[in-house]
Amino acid sequence: MARHGHTLRAESRPPGTVATASPPAPQPGLLAPGLLTLARWRLLAMHRTADVGHLGGNLSALDAMMLVHHELLGEADRFVLSKGHAAGALYVTLWSRGLIADAELDSFHGEGTRLPGHPPARGLPGSRFGTGSLGHGLSLAAGLALAARLQRRTGRVFCLTSDGEWQEGSTFEALIFCAHQRLANLTILIDHNRLQGFGTTGEVASLDPIGRTLAGFAVEIREADGHDLAAMRRALAPGTDRPVVVVLHTVKGRGVPAIEGRLDSHYLPLTEAQYLAAILGTPEAMSGETATGESA
Amino acid sequence: MRRELCEALVARAARPELVFLTGDLGFGALEPLREALGERFFNAGIAEQNMIGVAAALASEGLEPWTYTIAPFCYARAFEQIRNDVCLHRLPVRMLGNGGGYGYGVMGPTHHALEDYGVLSTLPSLRILVPAFDSDVADVVAAAGASPGPVYVRLGRGELPTGCRAPAYAPWRRLRAGRGPVVVAVGPMAGVAWGAFAQDGDAGPEVWAVSELPLALSPPPQAFSDALAGRTLCVVEEHVAQGGLGQALAAWCLTNAAALTGFRTVTAAGYPSGTYGSQGFHRRESGLDAEALRGLLA
Repeated sequence: MARHGHTLRAESRPPGTVATASPPAPQPGLLAPGLLTLARWRLLAMHRTADVGHLGGNLSALDAMMLVHHELLGEADRFVLSKGHAAGALYVTLWSRGLIADAELDSFHGEGTRLPGHPPARGLPGSRFGTGSLGHGLSLAAGLALAARLQRRTGRVFCLTSDGEWQEGSTFEALIFCAHQRLANLTILIDHNRLQGFGTTGEVASLDPIGRTLAGFAVEIREADGHDLAAMRRALAPGTDRPVVVVLHTVKGRGVPAIEGRLDSHYLPLTEAQYLAAILGTPEAMSGETATGESA
Repeated sequence: MRRELCEALVARAARPELVFLTGDLGFGALEPLREALGERFFNAGIAEQNMIGVAAALASEGLEPWTYTIAPFCYARAFEQIRNDVCLHRLPVRMLGNGGGYGYGVMGPTHHALEDYGVLSTLPSLRILVPAFDSDVADVVAAAGASPGPVYVRLGRGELPTGCRAPAYAPWRRLRAGRGPVVVAVGPMAGVAWGAFAQDGDAGPEVWAVSELPLALSPPPQAFSDALAGRTLCVVEEHVAQGGLGQALAAWCLTNAAALTGFRTVTAAGYPSGTYGSQGFHRRESGLDAEALRGLLA
């Protein structure tokens, strides 16, 4: 597959970011709007360089992933990317935290890379599990949450799922377990962009409205705009006595007008013109923070 | 072997990192373990995929997870979790599959495990243990517990022949010496083969028990290799031919230029009559019984 020469490498490195094993501890309010925009640009450049798709589900998940990693994820906490096809967003998020060197992002999808199309099983700092086959991540997250309880450790576990993967029976096996075990240290995020591989979730196998569907389980359901940082901050506050499920209402292909809300954003790479239009467009429109007028 | 398994795990229960998950099985057998483990014993329900995924994550945090269910509900139902969550990450999850081979007898074919270690032998780093005798179970539990990577244990029914004494556990064991064909059997079938020829003299078959697979992790010892020259090798296993020890040993013999004079396998034939019965019934249909083995080799 052709690899394009686009790169924002020198220009896009976050201030002070180098590849280190120990990123600074996250702190509330640290996710600056500019960094979110930068991450989006870097994601687009990385995918453009590799000439690969799966962008839509990366762009819908990026804001939440960045927020969790920059503001919530400390030493004792864990993050599981169950929707492994958002690997690009994960890699860029880890880059923004200084865990992946900028140059390495250009190896995405390449020969001999540590950054394949879905997260690798071993060897990537900040990524504990290889995922990609949907319906695995929530069980893994449940195990991490249970381990923390058994080991008398504090710390939260965050699991980011897609909305389509709730069609997997194993996801419901996991939810039943999480609810029954009252894993209150677990927060499940659902990237509800309403589009899956070959149709809308409503057309293919509807669970909509997914929040109400899951409300029958012993979990706490919250809903938020998945591109509104302030709303997500509120929704991601710790739970009390049961797992929290946060339905994030998102837009597939967020920030790239040519593919926003379009089914083909699930698979197709950006064209040159689409890429340039996205990069040269207004940063404010891409970051999303201004949508509600709330600053990050 | 369930009683021995429970005893061995109860003896290990003082280890604070040990966590046991069952797929809603163990009634009448695992209650002492539940008592011993307290909050570290989980009935994960009838949800084997989740159970394996949870166990993988527990192992990633330094705990020592064991899972338990009927064998096919583990290796077949949750194969992708074993492949992706456990083996790709080389996590030390100990998966206990009860009812190896036709062990569940007339309960029917959904409960039989005829292709478990063949399927699992394809996965990286997975060690497969098949105790042959009840007295092996404690050693198998110790070996699984000490393993740095994933383990699958195929549990069956110990079949020590009358008047015989099981030798100390080892991955490969010579159960009886003889100048005849070399018989190598997997797990409890070794007891059946041993019993078939126990009364034979020095001219009878030599019988070996294999309790650890795949050969890449547990290669045949030199004594076995030495025994093959100029003899017929017969592999006996309660497992389909495809992916079984017979195929693995055939390749091993070719690779190592073993000077065999013949090669036979006796494997699980499935359900040739289309009817069902006890474990013994299905074994007889496959020629996996003492009488058939004697007819083949004596």
